[in-house]
Amino acid sequence: MKWIASAVFAAVALWLPFFVGDFYINLASQIFIAAIFALSLNLLVGFGGMTSLGHASYLGVAAYVSALMTSRYGFGHGTAALISILGTVAMAAFFGVIALRATGLGFLMITLALSQVLWGLAYRMSDVTNGDNGITGLTRPAPFGISLDSAASFYWFALVVAIIAFVMMAIFVSSSFGSSLKGVRDQPRRMAALGFNPWMIRWITFVYAGFWGGVAGLLYVYYNKYIHPTSLSTTSSAEALLGVIAGGSGTLAGPAVGAAIVLLLKNYASAYVERWNMLLGVVFLFIVLVMPTGIVPGLQQLAARFRGRWS
Amino acid sequence: MQFWIIQGLNSLSLGGLLFLLSSGFSLIFGLMRLANLTHGAFFMLGTYLGAVALRAYSGLNIWVTAIGAGIIVAALGGLFERLVLTRLKTNPLGQVLVTLGMSFIISDACLVLWGGDSIPVPTPHNLQAPTRLFGFAFPTYRLALVGVAVSAAIVLYILIDRTRLGAMIRAGVDDRQMARAVGIPVSRLFTLVFCLGAGVAGAAGVLGGPILSAYPGLDADMLPLALIVVILGGIGSLFGAFIGSFIIGFIYTFGTMVPDLGYIILFLPMIVVIAFRPQGLFGRLSA
Amino acid sequence: MTAPSSDLALEIIELNKAFGGLKVTQGVSLSIRPGERRLIIGPNGAGKTTLFNQISGDMRPNSGRIRLFDEDVTTLAPYQRAHRGLSRTYQIITLFAGDTLEHNVTLGLLGLLPSRWQMWRPLSSYRHLAEDARRTLDSVGLLHLADHPVSELAYGEKRRLELAMAMAQKPRVLLLDEPLAGLSDNERGTVKSLIASIPKEVTVVMIEHDMDTALDLAETVTLLNYGRVIVDGERDTVIADERTREVYLGA
Repeated sequence: MKWIASAVFAAVALWLPFFVGDFYINLASQIFIAAIFALSLNLLVGFGGMTSLGHASYLGVAAYVSALMTSRYGFGHGTAALISILGTVAMAAFFGVIALRATGLGFLMITLALSQVLWGLAYRMSDVTNGDNGITGLTRPAPFGISLDSAASFYWFALVVAIIAFVMMAIFVSSSFGSSLKGVRDQPRRMAALGFNPWMIRWITFVYAGFWGGVAGLLYVYYNKYIHPTSLSTTSSAEALLGVIAGGSGTLAGPAVGAAIVLLLKNYASAYVERWNMLLGVVFLFIVLVMPTGIVPGLQQLAARFRGRWS
Repeated sequence: MQFWIIQGLNSLSLGGLLFLLSSGFSLIFGLMRLANLTHGAFFMLGTYLGAVALRAYSGLNIWVTAIGAGIIVAALGGLFERLVLTRLKTNPLGQVLVTLGMSFIISDACLVLWGGDSIPVPTPHNLQAPTRLFGFAFPTYRLALVGVAVSAAIVLYILIDRTRLGAMIRAGVDDRQMARAVGIPVSRLFTLVFCLGAGVAGAAGVLGGPILSAYPGLDADMLPLALIVVILGGIGSLFGAFIGSFIIGFIYTFGTMVPDLGYIILFLPMIVVIAFRPQGLFGRLSA
Repeated sequence: MTAPSSDLALEIIELNKAFGGLKVTQGVSLSIRPGERRLIIGPNGAGKTTLFNQISGDMRPNSGRIRLFDEDVTTLAPYQRAHRGLSRTYQIITLFAGDTLEHNVTLGLLGLLPSRWQMWRPLSSYRHLAEDARRTLDSVGLLHLADHPVSELAYGEKRRLELAMAMAQKPRVLLLDEPLAGLSDNERGTVKSLIASIPKEVTVVMIEHDMDTALDLAETVTLLNYGRVIVDGERDTVIADERTREVYLGA
């Protein structure tokens, strides 16, 4: 069943640019980026049981480093991307050591505080980051000489990266390490007694999630050709978290669906409602109060009930 | 020399404000195990209410305004707690998320109501003239702020440590189920503490107006400071919040004198404390 | 400092632990030989589980040493002690409720294997792990439920599963924390015979607070009260000792 859905999805996705205009193609690209970001966060939230409110740090830092390396220091995109990812992973390793001194709410607070400090830095270090003006005039890379400037070509690039990300995270989650991660989420004491090292498992996951957050950040800055401190804000982290929770943190695909919904909401709502932040807050309240396990599990439950009625 | 004295006093007054803000946060976290991410927005709401009121009515007393705003914010907090938070007793993550959502709602509402420009708040007339002590001039309002913070600390201490209400709160913090079992009305206590925390944050917002001004994003500036104070000082410890507030007040004031990287200095004590004492300097609970 | 080599499986030397003013472990010393069947008894609050928590590493003692087969493990984390042959069951069930029995045992087997770090092969592809898991389930009579989630198990079956997981790691020292608690007479019989069938090479240390149920499984008995060792020795000697009567009658 899952394979059929994936195959249909892949077919539709592949041929999309031939059927719709640039606006929708761009929207789809943004969805892929948001999906990768939400999936990376879900490694922490859903599979690791570690709720972070600072995940935007990795997206933002990767984006800023790439932007600076290419626009200010004249590096090529390939090198810039490498430095960017390495820097983001190093930062995740460092932040992980700090944040994992606590669990639960303490972990949440530390990730929030750390990401807020980064956000403040992005605003204040205007010599480096250009502060509130952001960094503009960026370019997209041309992997293997193929230009990504058209909507369709970037779309396919993002699609490929998204598929790779999804597959790699699926493998990660079903591997023995992934099972040990889920075990640590459910019964950390038991896992320790069985010989697993809970801290190391959590830390490695934290770094891996930061890696994919950085990948999302690179796609983000390539797509927008612009970076601004808001990408590092709590709102940015919160949107990803909302996507994870709305889509359902217990499944692999759920967060991708949730991220798509949040992005579509943001895009359409901003046409009618000026106050996206307020709407975001209301949606948070709604989802948590009404659909706490998320939309995908909710739909699965509905489907199960339907099947039950028909049999 | 005068400069350093002024900076020192600025640190103290910021520390005092931070204490008023983070004491509520620490109480709410300690009793309700809730990381109230709306706290920065409560503060900001108070600042805006105070700014608007004080600019409209020049004769208004700032202390009365603070109490008034505090009551309004407390009422809002109480409504939120009763209508939303109590429904999420079994979902601690959900509780945190709704406080986040609520903070977005409040901060956006402030933007709608009062616009995107920063609103400066006038220092009260009778406190504008500097106080002369030991040959130095101290901005009187900031002195008053420090005094208010210390008084609030004493009042809170007496409330928590010496009254029956405080005993009930402490019992609830130590063992919620046991407290319920001996007849302590825990859910009413939760509402009360949440209102108290929100109200103090709102009142602090008014008092912070002359120093900080009311501007969009004030909540996002204040919340991480409150978080860092509580992480540093230890969760559940009012004394820790007191000490932590002044440490952060000093670090922030002197740190931001250094352009660009000064902000990183906020990182350092938090990292050091977390590395060596994850429960904070005086914390009793693990998060 | 070279300590004289001893042939003890588990040696506890002057262990002390206090929570603030409350002393939960006071000067506890135990010497347990390989293959021994030791029962630790004492009324509620005597500090038995706290003692276990310090042996397994979940808690750090304030002072004293713990030696596992002549190696000082006092400062080692629980997972490190697991790799040195220590296994433990818990008073409260800490199984993975949403997962199948087979998955639970597989996790138990995985804990000591280097492949637990592996991130690219699905766990389900480790066929020999699955076979080992099923074999373990068979040895405790739970093979027919292998694909059922643990949440569907009866309480007694969960206890048996816990025992199976602990035994699957082929430990050198096995700590059983109230393995018979809350079981019906029937279930108790099954679990007791399982414990009795544990290979002789494995050292078994058991906590029970109900003296009668576990006595026939024990060779030696240690009586704990208020965090202190009151009586310690051969089973029959400890039973006959009048201090034992005092503790239980007074409790």
